[in-house]
Amino acid sequence: MKHKFRRALLAAALGIGVAAAAGAGAQEIKIGALATLEGPFAVPGQDSMRGVELALSEVNYTIAGKKVNLIKGSSNANPDVAVNAARKLVEQDKVDILIGPLSGSEGLAVKDYAKTQPNTTFLNGSSAAQDTTLRDPAPNFYRFSTDGAQWMAGLGEYAYKTKGYKKVAVVAEDYSFPYTQVMGFMVPYCAAGGKVPEKFWVPLGTKDYSSVIAKLPQDVDAIYVALGGADAVNFLTQYQQGGGNKPLIGGSITTDQTVLAAKGRIRDALIGTPAAGPIADSWDNPKWKAFVAAYKKKFPDGLPSPSLFAHAYYVETKAAIAALEQVKGDLSGNQAKLRKALSSLKLDTPTGMVSLDENRNAIADMFLTEVAVGQGGTLYNKVVKVIPQVNQSMNMDKAKFLALGPVSRTNPECK
Amino acid sequence: MRLLILTFLNGLTLAALYFMVASGFTLVFGLMRQINLAHGSLYLLGGYVGYEVSQMAGSWFLGVGAGFVAMAVIGLLLQTLLFRFMEGQELRQTLVTIGLSIIAADLMLAKWGGLSYQFDPPEWLFGSTPMPIINAYPTYRLFLLGVAIVIGVLLWFFLTRTRVGMMIRAGVDDRAILSASGVNVQLVFAITFAIGAGLAGFAGVVGGTALSIAPGEDSRYLLASLVVVIVGGMGSVPGAAIGAVLVGLAEQFGLAYTPTYGIMFTFVIMVAVLAVRPQGILGRRA
Amino acid sequence: MSAVLPAQPANASGAVAVGRRSAARPYHFIVALLLLVFPFVASDFWIVQIGAQSLILGVIALSLMFLAGYGGMVSLAQMTVAGVAAYMIAIFGVSTTGSGLGWPWWAVIPWAIAIATLYATFVGALSVRTEGIYTIMITLAIGMATFYLAQQNYTVFNGFDGFKGLEPPHLFDVDSREPLPFYFLSLAVAAVCYFFVLYVSRSTFGLSLQAIRDNARRMRALGYNVTLHRIVAYSLAGLIAALGGVLSVWYNGRVSPGSIGISPIINILIIAVMGGMLRPAGPFVGAIVFVLLQTFAIDFIDRERFNTLIGTVFFLVVLFSTDGLLGLWERVRVRLTAPRAGVTSGQRDGAEGQR
Repeated sequence: MKHKFRRALLAAALGIGVAAAAGAGAQEIKIGALATLEGPFAVPGQDSMRGVELALSEVNYTIAGKKVNLIKGSSNANPDVAVNAARKLVEQDKVDILIGPLSGSEGLAVKDYAKTQPNTTFLNGSSAAQDTTLRDPAPNFYRFSTDGAQWMAGLGEYAYKTKGYKKVAVVAEDYSFPYTQVMGFMVPYCAAGGKVPEKFWVPLGTKDYSSVIAKLPQDVDAIYVALGGADAVNFLTQYQQGGGNKPLIGGSITTDQTVLAAKGRIRDALIGTPAAGPIADSWDNPKWKAFVAAYKKKFPDGLPSPSLFAHAYYVETKAAIAALEQVKGDLSGNQAKLRKALSSLKLDTPTGMVSLDENRNAIADMFLTEVAVGQGGTLYNKVVKVIPQVNQSMNMDKAKFLALGPVSRTNPECK
Repeated sequence: MRLLILTFLNGLTLAALYFMVASGFTLVFGLMRQINLAHGSLYLLGGYVGYEVSQMAGSWFLGVGAGFVAMAVIGLLLQTLLFRFMEGQELRQTLVTIGLSIIAADLMLAKWGGLSYQFDPPEWLFGSTPMPIINAYPTYRLFLLGVAIVIGVLLWFFLTRTRVGMMIRAGVDDRAILSASGVNVQLVFAITFAIGAGLAGFAGVVGGTALSIAPGEDSRYLLASLVVVIVGGMGSVPGAAIGAVLVGLAEQFGLAYTPTYGIMFTFVIMVAVLAVRPQGILGRRA
Repeated sequence: MSAVLPAQPANASGAVAVGRRSAARPYHFIVALLLLVFPFVASDFWIVQIGAQSLILGVIALSLMFLAGYGGMVSLAQMTVAGVAAYMIAIFGVSTTGSGLGWPWWAVIPWAIAIATLYATFVGALSVRTEGIYTIMITLAIGMATFYLAQQNYTVFNGFDGFKGLEPPHLFDVDSREPLPFYFLSLAVAAVCYFFVLYVSRSTFGLSLQAIRDNARRMRALGYNVTLHRIVAYSLAGLIAALGGVLSVWYNGRVSPGSIGISPIINILIIAVMGGMLRPAGPFVGAIVFVLLQTFAIDFIDRERFNTLIGTVFFLVVLFSTDGLLGLWERVRVRLTAPRAGVTSGQRDGAEGQR
């Protein structure tokens, strides 16, 4: 008796679930946002969502007369989890556009998933592994943010020619995004004559760098550190305590606010550290300043300044909005008009003009920075140079660039 | 030569940290046959509490004390409110503490977020000590070594020279007789668990200063404690010391000389010990 | 000698009461009907993400239940065994990562299952001399060592990124990538494993295994080769987990170290324990609850606190029931049906439903 009642209830619940899933209005646009709200990148993940919300609130969550329904998904830098979250957003919540993911290896996985979902448009979040678009791209995956190698534009030459570092050791995390960053640094650096005798790859989330520090070669001029902010502080502290005193070169997420806010002796070691990336906190440009001000106003308990994650997700959302407005919200025919609009979009962002190449990867301006002391003794990233319109082959000949091969622990090398 | 000495020192100091964390764990298992898989969570929570207190009070030492005391209190509560009713049911304790650790990890993530926290120990502690051959070595790691030795000695003293210690050791050997001889076994249990938990919290602050605290450190130190205690033998504090030294050295030498796979060494050792001598080096058969 | 699990209560004749549950009851048929009919009324998402995923997780958790419930050995390496099968499919089969050996499906699948079962036997051989909490730890350590091996090694395992683009084969003109065929494939595998476990539990081997669980010394004295029995149990459980692993790699379309890390390992434990480790239906119950919570908790509570939710549910289940949700259900059922039934059967049911 009780069983049959229970079963009926279950069936009813199932039915409601199915109906609810199918239901939603055709008068709204569903946008899914996927970021790492758990795991090692939980803090950047939260900031990414702020970027999406900022962009959407600028148009009052209304595009071409239709309401926007934002649905969030969560991952933890693990590619399997990201794909599962994407699946839920696409197959259950039936989003029209998915913006995300955040982390490099997640991007590679979501790109593959995108190929199995031709009816949905995927825009990148901030994932910056090279092969997400460079090799075997998905026709419905668009990256309006740039990849890790592009972010390193100008740094390799600057390190060799201006700073005079002839030999550099590399310490970086062991997955696709740092591989891409290291390639972006090394290709121009080695071409200019620099040498990288040794690279140290640490598993993501390493806190104890004592074995790496023990093995760092004594005869290098600088150390290129591509670690996340908090891990960078750990590394630096331990390095200094071990008596190390070589200057540093930073990856794009290394000299972020966590590192710059550090107290103690490592502060002095940081001054003069060059780095490069898609944004520069202190760029003296009206559009950038307006963006920072809007971020601070909307998120009083956010970070002191928007991170590159917030910026990337903001730009991607702006692209979605612009393209949707252009086609007046027409998602018919497998979103054909939308895709065309996206491919040919020229977007004006707080960091300059962004357009896409033939693999739907962004061409944008990059920032070369150096850590300097600012007002009140605090550290900040001073803009040394803005490098205009860097494409995915770092403005090298594309065929030659592709011939360098996919990034890995051992590619590129120049001992 | 330089690498050898550095790696040896790194291994020894890492062993010190592992010993501090694992000693509480081994004490609790030895007496109460109780597996507390929330031990890592105690480590992390102790670290966070110590951080908050040290920021508020402006003193690192107060933070250390706070970490110890806070976790000891929580340990007391856990024992009297929860574990007391699950005695003898190993699997249930394992599962309940796993559940607790999942909840705790998530709540800590909610409260303190995904950031890594750095402590602010006194300057004289956080610099480098000049040394022959290797040039310099982090003072703090040497301090860790010193602290671990002190704790080891204190624990040994407590267990072998005090009344309560005697009762604890008797309990490890034969709980029933201890109870029959009129000792308030529940009280002894509560004290032991409190000390074990307090040690975890203490290690959280002291260890967290060396390596920063962040979500994920709880599972890392739990796994490390498990390995140390298994290798050394459950319920034996000298065993924990030996286990810690073995594991610390193996890990560091592995990472230094075979960096790609060095990270596996701790687990391979655990498997080897369990397969060949399950009770560990100095442990007693259950 | 510590009892890891509450022993199955004996009925009057002293034999272990096992297999009584397999007597067909009305609700068995209703469940079977529901499982068969549901995909025709539900959306693709429900069929695959909820239905197939629960079945697959259920199969892997079933292998844990088999070892723990009938053998008294709680092995945390079952997810790893499934992962080994998944990796073998990726390494020897076709994938878009390009480094696969490209064997055809009829060669890859048996090979993957064979390798995974071999691995499980190896795990068994290492773990057989341990008991209770030590078994948990050694299997956990083996699982973690395998995880790090997969993560750090690029030549064979392709490191952090793993393999992608793995798809189930195109058999007999039916594309098993489609939701319905895939669901029925998973259902078929789950059903086969379920009935296999039931069958084994009533066979001579199964009864000996349970006797060993209850009193290994006595069995040794009677002349049974306890070690061999246990290792064979690991192999059989490994076979089941391998089947689950093959399905899971097709479900995900990819495999990476993250699939065999500490989180998935603990998840399988949670599923098996939550559902109940004394009956083969338990893991499946646990799996569906887990999948439902995981998919929909995000919509109801502060999305980021999913882990608190699942941890709390798990904690409460373990605290109040020794046989997971099935045990709780059993107690409720007993309380509802006992007054009507006669004294004898009521007593027997009562005894079975409690510790």
